[in-house]
Amino acid sequence: MNSSLDHLSPTTSSARFSLPSKSTSASRPNIYERNLNKSRLSEVSAPSFSFLFSEIVQYTQKRVSGINDLERRLNTLGYRVGSRVLEITAYRAEFSSKAPKREIRLLPALMAIHTQVWRAVYGKPADAIEKSVENVDEYMIIDNDPLIERHISVPRDFAGLSCSSFSAGIVEAVLDGLGFPARVTAHHTPTSTYPTRTTILIKLEKSVLDREDILK
Amino acid sequence: MTTNSATPVLKLSSTSFMAIFGLWVINKAGGLVYQRNFADGLAQLTANEYLVLAGTLHGIHAITSRLSPIPGQSSGAQVIEGETFKINVLLTLTGTKFVLLTSPAEPASTIDTLLQKIYSTYAEKVMQNPFHTPEMPIRSEAFDVSLGGLIG
Repeated sequence: MNSSLDHLSPTTSSARFSLPSKSTSASRPNIYERNLNKSRLSEVSAPSFSFLFSEIVQYTQKRVSGINDLERRLNTLGYRVGSRVLEITAYRAEFSSKAPKREIRLLPALMAIHTQVWRAVYGKPADAIEKSVENVDEYMIIDNDPLIERHISVPRDFAGLSCSSFSAGIVEAVLDGLGFPARVTAHHTPTSTYPTRTTILIKLEKSVLDREDILK
Repeated sequence: MTTNSATPVLKLSSTSFMAIFGLWVINKAGGLVYQRNFADGLAQLTANEYLVLAGTLHGIHAITSRLSPIPGQSSGAQVIEGETFKINVLLTLTGTKFVLLTSPAEPASTIDTLLQKIYSTYAEKVMQNPFHTPEMPIRSEAFDVSLGGLIG
């Protein structure tokens, strides 16, 4: 085993790398062997996630030219998470409920993102869903205290940046996966009680609205 | 230092008076990365003077950590007490120092708890903030707000 590992790893100590090994599985089965339906023990610590997310933002920031580019990249990363989140929530729903269902109408799909997806990713439902007054194709999901922004202070020269673009990417992937293609962006909309309040703006494609009209 | 006056840095105040005057955060190289006053009672210093004082304290701390008769066992000075003030130092494992300037009447247990809370706030609001560069001055609104909540 050692000879093949040495071949793979760039340094001689392989302890730094999270290669699956039998020795650590004494107390807990490793992640590949755990039951996918048991979500109770699959939580990760918030500080560990915060550190990881902070590094993700720093890593991304070094490789982009501006705020828009940074948000786009975070969105892309979130998209990769979102497509997996949708897959696993659908899989779990199939096992846990007697009548598992796939959302095909817009509002129930948005509600499912607001409650189920948010609970699966952040451990709590989002705080509100709103429909835009000005544009019929716009919906908003509002989180008063997003977990990923809890410890982030955006400096002045980055004004307008919202790291929740990552969440926006998750939402975009879930909507895409459910067949509601949309452009999703995140905006910082602070209030005096909730300084990190964030609005996830969903701009649906025209085809979605046309289909909704037919289904009515 | 821009001035060479020998006047005491800290003004006189009554000994029973309890107050938390200010907080410094000193990085592992001895640079002052955060300085904030919470209560009146200290002389107003210029930014440069604070930097010099922090550097001096860093040096004193390095010396005190070598004064222990048991080699390698001392973490350095924890409290430096004067007639009108106390300097309380929390040294973290990474070499960052949290320095709390208080009145002498402030009980040690309160200070220890407070320093631990400040350290934990620092770990959250500063270290988990992607826009903070380690060892550089701390500019985090969230840290300022949280400290305000802790100390008031």
